[in-house]
Amino acid sequence: MREVSVKELKNTATQMRMKVVDMIYKAQSGHPGGSLSAADFVTACYFKYMNIDPKNPRWEDRDRMVLSKGHVCPIQYACLATLGYFPESELDTLRKEGSMLQGHPSMNKCPGIDISTGSLGQGLACAAGMALAGKMDKKDYKVFCVVGDGESQEGEIWEAANTAHKYELDNLIVFVDFNNLQIDGTCDQVMPNGDLGEKFKSFGWEVMEIDGHDMEEICATLDKCYASKNGKPKCIYAHTIKGKGVSYMENSCAWHGVAPNKEERDQAMEELTAQLV
Amino acid sequence: MSELKKIATRDGFGEEILKLGLENPEILIVDADIGKSCKTGAFRKELSAEYHDDKNQYVNVGIAEQNAAGVAAGLATCGKIPFVVTYAVFGSLRMCEMIRQQICYPNLNVKIACSHGGVTPANDGASHQAIEDMGVLRTIPNMTVVMPADYNSAKKLTKAAAETYGPMYLRFTRDAVPQIYDENVEFVIGKAHQIQDGKDVAIIANGDTVRLAVEAAKVLEEKGISARVLDMHTIKPLDVEAVTACVNDIGKIITVEDHNILNGLGSAVCEVAAELGKGIVKRIGIQDQFGQSAPYERLLEINGVTVEEIVKTAEEMQK
Repeated sequence: MREVSVKELKNTATQMRMKVVDMIYKAQSGHPGGSLSAADFVTACYFKYMNIDPKNPRWEDRDRMVLSKGHVCPIQYACLATLGYFPESELDTLRKEGSMLQGHPSMNKCPGIDISTGSLGQGLACAAGMALAGKMDKKDYKVFCVVGDGESQEGEIWEAANTAHKYELDNLIVFVDFNNLQIDGTCDQVMPNGDLGEKFKSFGWEVMEIDGHDMEEICATLDKCYASKNGKPKCIYAHTIKGKGVSYMENSCAWHGVAPNKEERDQAMEELTAQLV
Repeated sequence: MSELKKIATRDGFGEEILKLGLENPEILIVDADIGKSCKTGAFRKELSAEYHDDKNQYVNVGIAEQNAAGVAAGLATCGKIPFVVTYAVFGSLRMCEMIRQQICYPNLNVKIACSHGGVTPANDGASHQAIEDMGVLRTIPNMTVVMPADYNSAKKLTKAAAETYGPMYLRFTRDAVPQIYDENVEFVIGKAHQIQDGKDVAIIANGDTVRLAVEAAKVLEEKGISARVLDMHTIKPLDVEAVTACVNDIGKIITVEDHNILNGLGSAVCEVAAELGKGIVKRIGIQDQFGQSAPYERLLEINGVTVEEIVKTAEEMQK
């Protein structure tokens, strides 16, 4: 864990958002909405909490990050590039032929990716496997996992939730990115999830409900997760806004997987720059 | 060989994996509630945290195969060598996309080791008879697909699987099958094992049908037809060199498999012959139809997977 102020983390999250918008603009392809909704807690993990070494991406004692909702990888790529896993110029190659930055994350192409994801509902099981290996080897690394509310409609999420409970994986910290939007509409329209926090609780998890854009609350909650060694896997049920930080993208299904044009990109950059404190 | 008792290849797997697990603490079993019938009971007893404070090589995720594949992938990224164990139908089809996305695409060292291959779960009926599994999995990049013929080769190939990096599908029989090999025979993944040489016809078989090929070759010999018999335990990567030699040396090939004739061993051999532009291949296997509850031997018979059919086909090919 590093000493970083909340203010600094807020600014970093804004800078990550700018990189996300810019790389998706340059690629003219990608998923801005979810990348922006997950930006604050992913930034907090990478820049304050995760015990990692960009020069040794496969270091066996490192903390792991699994994006079960793999399509939001632009936010992860922005963090990894900024931390020095690869040159920032690589961000301009997103989704282009030969790039290490695939449309969905590939662990054998991009340093810092702990598992390839992209098919929804599958990441939590992998994260549970990593956390289980940590328990078996008596290592104290953490495994972070970002799960979408939409993808929680997949049954495998709940199979994995069972496994994490059975094996007492309190080294597993899951963020549920609760932005209530998926491709065809709101989650409530497409397939109501009910209260996902209550669901995880009933699976034996320790659940903490937060504002997923309040950096202070994100950090306080992660501190709590680190202190809690009660055998329960952790679920941080984060209320978020899809497209957060860019006015015209906020709460809009249309910005799930669409790239901004030049004017839209410039407006986003202007708005985000104004959010730096 | 007829004096030796019949034994299911899943038993060979169960014995060998215990031995390997005792030697290498990174080797794990990931069960999905059917460990008992997949022969992981001894492994669990010896290497599970349930029974030993200092052992932790056994995981049971319950009836949740998709999750089993994902958990195994996560374990493999941390240096473990997990063997996911279930029935062939579930280990190939229920887990198929997880195998593709979380195991094969990242090329992780996960083994899917399945009992109940082919029509060997006979009385269970069509739901439990895996006739598409090897074909489905051989189309996924990075995957290796293996079916041993008998007890000793199951042990040898399980050991080879543990020592070979990468995603691998191992398919075993539920039913007891005759023993073909003694414990000194060696097997290399991706290399056909030639049981006997011959000049008039090549019989290429795998798994529980290798015994049929061996018997058919004996009958053919009495009829003056000399058969080369290959145990093609690995259908991917296929031993193209061995198939090419059959095409060039003999030109008449019969494939035999306890699998749909579509996309399994027979198809793989046809692909080689077709690209060479010569030779003739006749496929014996499950006739693209679902099974039913019936005795194992009877199910093979319904599909023409018999010694008589191999002999008849070989004779016709001589005309």
